[in-house]
Amino acid sequence: MSLFDVFGIASSAMHAQSLRLNTTASNMANADSVAGPDGQPYRAKQVVFQARQQGNNPYAQGVQVLQVVESAAPLRMVYDPKSPAANKDGYVSMPNVDVVEEMTNMISSSRAYQTDVEMMNTAKTMLQKALTIGS
Amino acid sequence: MFRKQGKRFAEPKLDQGPVLVNNKNSGAEQMSRLDDALRFHQTALDLRSQRQALIASNIANADTPNYKARDIDFGSALHGALAGRVAPLALSTTAANHVAAAGVATAPNLQYRPETQSSVDGNTVDMDVERAAMAENTLHYEASISFINGLLKSMQAAITGQG
Repeated sequence: MSLFDVFGIASSAMHAQSLRLNTTASNMANADSVAGPDGQPYRAKQVVFQARQQGNNPYAQGVQVLQVVESAAPLRMVYDPKSPAANKDGYVSMPNVDVVEEMTNMISSSRAYQTDVEMMNTAKTMLQKALTIGS
Repeated sequence: MFRKQGKRFAEPKLDQGPVLVNNKNSGAEQMSRLDDALRFHQTALDLRSQRQALIASNIANADTPNYKARDIDFGSALHGALAGRVAPLALSTTAANHVAAAGVATAPNLQYRPETQSSVDGNTVDMDVERAAMAENTLHYEASISFINGLLKSMQAAITGQG
């Protein structure tokens, strides 16, 4: 019954999208963090999705998070000679988080999450309809 | 039949045998007719649920780099599935020592959806197309269920004779 695979697909996609939303939240929260946990400036993180087959049904392709990569964009240099983190020229390296990009990512992942929920509900309605056959 | 062609075999005693066999045959035929009436919609439902999983995969992978949206041609898939069930693919046996073999209906052909707007990451999922396809598929699925219910109702009416 392929309809049950839709639940697996939707839940894998919801899991992946919530991870993406988490990453976005971390990036936004740390948009002004001068130093990350390792003492180095915080770098924006991005998730990489990959399709993964659900069970033995070749038609059912779920999603999995392949890896979380750090953005290779150059760090933002801000002139602030008073800061203790400033280098000898008076510049502080700030995170390479692009707030506008993160906002669009957030909207995109929350919309995708909504679609996945809807997809699951549709499959549920269809299965419930199938249970009424002959009644 | 075969037995009557040569007189090498002794005529088996079939006094009551044929009657029983006939009864069984007609029962099987009845069942097969009930089954035949529903087969079309059963096959359609099966394919619809497969297609639903396919469209769900497309929607789930809307943000996966290099994922290509896929779909099946429902009409030809249904045709193929019905043809496969009515007459399974069989090897013709032309000699006595040939091994008889029958194949099953082939799975519907997966096709890639034509790209409407190309994206940088190589993903070809167009959300509007997928959502429309999903709504259409759901509606057809529910229509098939209504048809099955209608068929079952008319069968019941025929059985009870109280239309």
